[in-house]
Formats: sequence, C-alpha cells, structure tokens
Amino acid sequence: MDITFKEVDYTYQPGTPFAQRALFDINLEIKSGSYTALIGHTGSGKSTLLQHLNALVKPTSGTVTIGTRVITPETSNKNLKPVRKKVGIVFQFPEAQLFEETVAADIAFGPKNFGASDEEGIKLAAKMLDLVGLDETFMERSPFELSGGQMRRVAIAGVLAMEPEVLVLDEPTAGLDPEGRREMMTMFNRLHREENLTIVLVTHLMEDVVRFADYVLVLENGRLVKSGEPAEIFQDTNWLVEKQLGLPQATAFAEKLAARGVSFNSLPLTPEQLAKELVEKAGEVRE
Amino acid sequence: MNKLLLGRFIPGDSLVHRLDPRAKFLASFYFIIIIFFANNWASYLLMFLFVLGAIFLSKIKISFFLRGVKPLIWLIIFTTLLQVLFTKGGTEYFSWWIFSITEFGLINGAFIFCRFVLIIFMSTLLTLTTAPLSLADALEFLLRPLRIVRFPVHEVSLMLSIALRFVPTLMDETEKIMNAQRARGVDFGDGNLLQKMKAIVPLLIPLFVSSFNRAEDLATAMEARGYQGGDGRSRYRVLHWQMRDSLTMVVFGLLTVALVFLRQ
Repeated sequence: MDITFKEVDYTYQPGTPFAQRALFDINLEIKSGSYTALIGHTGSGKSTLLQHLNALVKPTSGTVTIGTRVITPETSNKNLKPVRKKVGIVFQFPEAQLFEETVAADIAFGPKNFGASDEEGIKLAAKMLDLVGLDETFMERSPFELSGGQMRRVAIAGVLAMEPEVLVLDEPTAGLDPEGRREMMTMFNRLHREENLTIVLVTHLMEDVVRFADYVLVLENGRLVKSGEPAEIFQDTNWLVEKQLGLPQATAFAEKLAARGVSFNSLPLTPEQLAKELVEKAGEVRE
Repeated sequence: MNKLLLGRFIPGDSLVHRLDPRAKFLASFYFIIIIFFANNWASYLLMFLFVLGAIFLSKIKISFFLRGVKPLIWLIIFTTLLQVLFTKGGTEYFSWWIFSITEFGLINGAFIFCRFVLIIFMSTLLTLTTAPLSLADALEFLLRPLRIVRFPVHEVSLMLSIALRFVPTLMDETEKIMNAQRARGVDFGDGNLLQKMKAIVPLLIPLFVSSFNRAEDLATAMEARGYQGGDGRSRYRVLHWQMRDSLTMVVFGLLTVALVFLRQ
C-alpha cells in the first residue's frame, strides 16, 4: 500500500492568532514494502507529518493518498477507521497508552475496535506477546505492574495486533537499554523482511537509519529538504554536519581516515562496510 | 481544546503587562464589584470607555477579547433574554401569555449584557497580560492575612502554581494519548451518549496513571532538592510594588468617585 503526499501544507490552529505553520509543500512517496527513515531536528515537523500517515490530522491544503483513499482538507472524520487499521502508529513512549486491566485485554483492544471477536483478540494477543519477546505468563498481569521496557513491548504488541500493512514508528527505542533496543529493531526488521511490512521510522539514531532503512527523508523547519537512499544522503557529510544531523559512527571514522589520505570510492555507512573496504585497501597495499 | 482563550497568557511589554500582578488582581476584582454600582447609561458608558482604555494600553488586539466572549455568548444571551422577557414596568410594547417586552425590560437586558461583556473583558485582560505564575504569586501574597486563621497559604499557593504549570503539559499529554488511541481505532465523540462515555475510558485511565507517576517523580525531585515546606524559604521571584501600581489604584479610586457621581 503506497502513501503519497502531494503539496501538503499543515497549519496548527489555522485562522487564529495562535496559528502556526508546521509543514510546507511536502511531496513524497512511501512505497509499499519499503523501509523509510524520517530524520530531522526536534521541531522539524516529523511528528506532524507522521500523523498525516493515518489521517489523524488532515492537510490544510494538498492531498495525502493512503492506498486508494484520498485525504483532502475536506475529508470528513467519519469512515477513517479502515485507513487507521492499515496504518499502525507506535507513538513516542507508547507505554502511556496502556489502560486495560490485563495485558491481553490491552493488546486485544485495537483488533476489537476494528471488529475482531473476543477469542480472536485473545489469540492475537498471545501471538503478538510472543513476537515482542514476552512469554504467556504476562497475559493475565496488569500492565501497570510491569517494568518500563516490558510496558513498551506490550504497547507495541497492541499496535502490531491490528495487523497493519504500514507500521509507523516514532522513536520506538528511546529510553530502552542497548539490548532491548537491538531486540526491538531486529524484530521490526524481521517483520519488514518476512511479512513484507512497510515501515516508516522516525529516529535520531543514524546507526539505525543506515542499518535498516532503504530510503531516507530529511525534514527541516517543516520542509522536505532532501530524500534518497542512505548511501546518497550520507555522502554529503558537510551538509549533514551543517544541518546538525550527525553521521553514523563508521562514516565519521572513515571520513577521518580519508582526511589522512585513505581514499574511499564512497564513504562506508556501517562498520561492516568499513571493515570490508579496509580489508580491500590492506590487500592493495600489500601488493 | 486549544481554542480555549480563558487563562491564556500573551507575553508583551505594555504598561498593563508591567504592572504588579497584585495591583492587577486587586484592580480586576475591584472592577467586578463596582460594575454592579453602575445603574444608568452614563455610568455604563464610563465603564466601557475605561475598559477600552485599559485594553488600548495593553496593546492587545480587541479581537482577542471578542473571542473571549464567544464561548459564553449563549449564557449571556439567555440571561439577557430572561431579563427582557420577564421584567415588568414602564411602557409595554408587546405581551403574550407570561412574556412581555417592556421599556424597563429592554433597559435591564442591555445593562446585564454590558455587565457580562465588561466583566469578561476585564478578566480576559488580567489573564492575557499576567503570566500564570505571577498570578499565583500575587494570590499567595494577597491570601497571606488568612494565616491568622491557620489557613495553609503556602501549601495552597504551591499547589496552585504547580497546577498552573502543568495545565499545558497535561493538555499535550491528553492530545497525545487521544491520538494514540484513535490510531488504535477509538472514535472519540461518535455514537450515542453511552458509547461516547465508554470511549473516554482509554483516555482517562492513562491520563490519571501518568498524573500519579508525574506527581511521584515531582515529589521525589523536590525532596532531592531540599524542599521541606514553606517555613524558612526565601523567594526568587520578588514582587515590586511601584509608583505606577499606586497610580492604578488612584485611577480606580477616581473611577469609583465618578461612578458614584453619575449614579442616580
């Protein structure tokens, strides 16, 4: 399911003295089955943009096409549920959205809103709990007695349980320990590969961008300033530093080596690529 | 939710902005009392001119104040209509069953309308030009005499300033949780009353839980920074009563004199 933005503008509280423009003339396409990373400063409009992806907000002008559904400023708020079922959003700190008595009921809450029966909901809950790395003993526990990391997993399971076609992740690993972070990101990547889930990831971690994403969108002050594959985006290191977006560690290190005379065809993005390049270089030197 | 104007603060640097919050608070309170002394066209005209003058001094657009009246307009119209339709006396223009439109009724209705609008204008002026925290400071100062009757002034004003500080934070939080639940298929504001009430649960519970967590975190942070209650604390924000504040009081005194003079 493709998502297309055409000349999308968005203004908060339009027509009031507090009006604030958040998005300017956004044109972009999120292809079905892609893994798109959305990067940019805090306050660059990332979160506003991602709320357009499932019609939580409607553009002030322009159109957003989600699958076959076209969202315009005039679209009514009724009948948006089918769109929301297809595009699941995991918001920042999603553990704040838990409210049911048991973990199972909370995970089943989403599917039941979209018409699943109780048994289907429970079945899905068990499956999703397993997927996010928690065992069955959690099913009947209260979500409020869990640790922060476990709550996060339950919340994410609650979104996955809706079985969306597009999964939008707003800094899903913020505040998790390195191990939890790695597990989460690997799980999303597996869903992307095995279930062909389209993923949109909002993050400040460039390592995750280069490791997982196959397309990158860069936002600045509500404008889409650059888009392309990670290899293109991260070649222009000066531009990135100027925009204060930071480089992946491997790229930063390679750049330092390049300054000392090691020449790369293109700057490596991940430690693996860097190692490979260096091994080749070492081979050349020996010859 | 963001359309609510009451309690909003617009930073600025006008004369009204710079007044001591205590002066502003007292003046607004006093104004609301003396507006009830106005009882003829001349006195209402005076009050209107006075409020317009104050608004002009605040350098805030009049449209803001009109927006402040908007949410209450139905209440105002309702009250005015009651006055118009049920007051007897003077020339009668129209009568049907228990309703009648009379000279006195029309005049009373107009006065009530003016009174409402002026009170709203004045209180909007107070909140638009005073930062919530300085308002809390002012209130703490003004409540101080109540300590004689063992009223916990410090605690109440601390709660007030914390509450004021967290209003926008909680509003943001509400918005966020609402969006998260809408993304999970909740329809807020759809269906019949029972369904609407049920839809509120996934919003209310997380909001309460996060408020508890926030309160606990805040209490811990306050204790860690040495907070032990109101006794022996010095203050960072000190209010200064200045010449212009005394002048404001004088102006209000003159207004009262003029009002008494204009009364019939």
